[in-house]
Amino acid sequence: MDFLQAFFDQYGLLLAQGTWDTIIMTVVATLGAYVIGIPLGVALVLTNPDGLHPHRVINAVLGWIVNMGRSIPFVILLVVMIPVTRFMMGTALGVAGAMPPLIVAAAPFVARMVEQSIAEVDSGLVEAAQSFGASTWQIVTKVFLFESLPSLIRGFAITFITLFGYTAMAGVVGAGGLGDIAIRYGYQRYQTDVMIATLIILVILIQVVQSSCDFAARKIDKRK
Amino acid sequence: MIQIENLFKTYDAKQGGEPHAALKDINITIEDGEIFGIIGQSGAGKSTLVRCINLLERPTSGRIVIDGRDVTDLKGKDLLEYRSQVGMIFQNFSLFQQRTVLQNVMFPLELKKEDKSKARTRAMELLEMVGLGEKASKYPSQLSGGQQQRVAIARALVNNPSIMLCDEATSALDTLTTHSILSLLKSINQEMGVTLVIITHSLTVAELICDKIMVLDQGVTVEQGKTEDIFAHPESDVTRQLLEKRL
Ligand SMILES: Nc1ncnc2c1ncn2[C@@H]1O[C@H](COP(=O)(O)OP(=O)(O)O)[C@@H](O)[C@H]1O
Ligand SMILES: [Mg+2]
Repeated sequence: MDFLQAFFDQYGLLLAQGTWDTIIMTVVATLGAYVIGIPLGVALVLTNPDGLHPHRVINAVLGWIVNMGRSIPFVILLVVMIPVTRFMMGTALGVAGAMPPLIVAAAPFVARMVEQSIAEVDSGLVEAAQSFGASTWQIVTKVFLFESLPSLIRGFAITFITLFGYTAMAGVVGAGGLGDIAIRYGYQRYQTDVMIATLIILVILIQVVQSSCDFAARKIDKRK
Repeated sequence: MIQIENLFKTYDAKQGGEPHAALKDINITIEDGEIFGIIGQSGAGKSTLVRCINLLERPTSGRIVIDGRDVTDLKGKDLLEYRSQVGMIFQNFSLFQQRTVLQNVMFPLELKKEDKSKARTRAMELLEMVGLGEKASKYPSQLSGGQQQRVAIARALVNNPSIMLCDEATSALDTLTTHSILSLLKSINQEMGVTLVIITHSLTVAELICDKIMVLDQGVTVEQGKTEDIFAHPESDVTRQLLEKRL
């Protein structure tokens, strides 16, 4: 007990700050990734040869961009993007510096997941909506996205958790957060106790996110 | 009145394949208030034909004329408006799984941004009419197939269409349920004066409900006329084969 007391006295604030940074980075990056990823995923679906507005060239270009984005390892993206990040955010360090590479890394991932979720929607529903005079925009919002909401939420959990992992890697460029702490204390100063503490916090955070998304997805899914 | 004149539909070639002529020179006149059957084996082109009527499928050539108005080339808002005036039901009901029964029936009104409470009242009226008023807050997955098709019928009628298209509407249902859906359709036709276009591969269904039928085979009209005449004196082998299957 005394040991724990002493540990928290010394590192409590640090870990709390790190946890907060990690959560902020992950939340903002996830939202940013969805702002880009949803339109991209929808565009992939619409321009697909069997889609509502087939367009070979646009579909190929979008697909190519997404594949490119997904095939660059995150650590490399992090470094390659430093000049861009510095230009956009004024710094390539800290929480702000981690944001652009996190979003760029996750957006293509989100696009594919959104595309996948929409593909699961019964094409008969699209036809029914069309037969009632639905516009493309109405089909996208009221059929594609609304009917696939449970699947989108499951995808959201995957994205969120993946980005948790990425923020830890962003510690490499001094992004702050739990990954940064683990590297600075655990790796560089051999303070295993701090590293283990960050791991425990990460595991708990991931569990909470996964469970609440599973719960939400199950709750709103009205299929059997 | 629905007039279909010299309708051709050719699907573009898939990679390496030939273009596929799904409909060849179809001519039909369907009078107001009629129940018109389109009969034929699977792949005959029935769905393509009915989808041309509400322009879910663009005819390659020919004209679709509704109450004297040529709708074949409608685009944009006019096209969406026209489609909303033609009801449609499907083999697999096509109800939105994440919406309640009531929300499903309200859907076409929601598309038109109609006042919510008016839409709700109208949708409830139709749910009562198909005998499912008390299921309004259930989800489609909680209903039987027959009940789901009733909801789909209510949804198709919510815009007060003068025409309703039924693509194999009873093919996923058992005999008893088929009969109850057919009698519901018949009463809609008689009481609301809705013109019904019924697609089926089943001559039993055609015999039970259709005033007139046309027989389609490989995209070509084989024969058309009053149902009882065609049943009494089938002129083509295709029709005779379909009749034999029924017996
Ligand atoms: N979108 C499409 N692209 C290419 N061929 C199609 C398409 N839809 C239908 N067909 C072809 O057109 C023919 C008629 O199909 P369909 O109208 O669905 O027949 P039915 O409803 O009588 O079973 C079939 O040979 C089918 O393979
Ligand atoms: Mg069909």
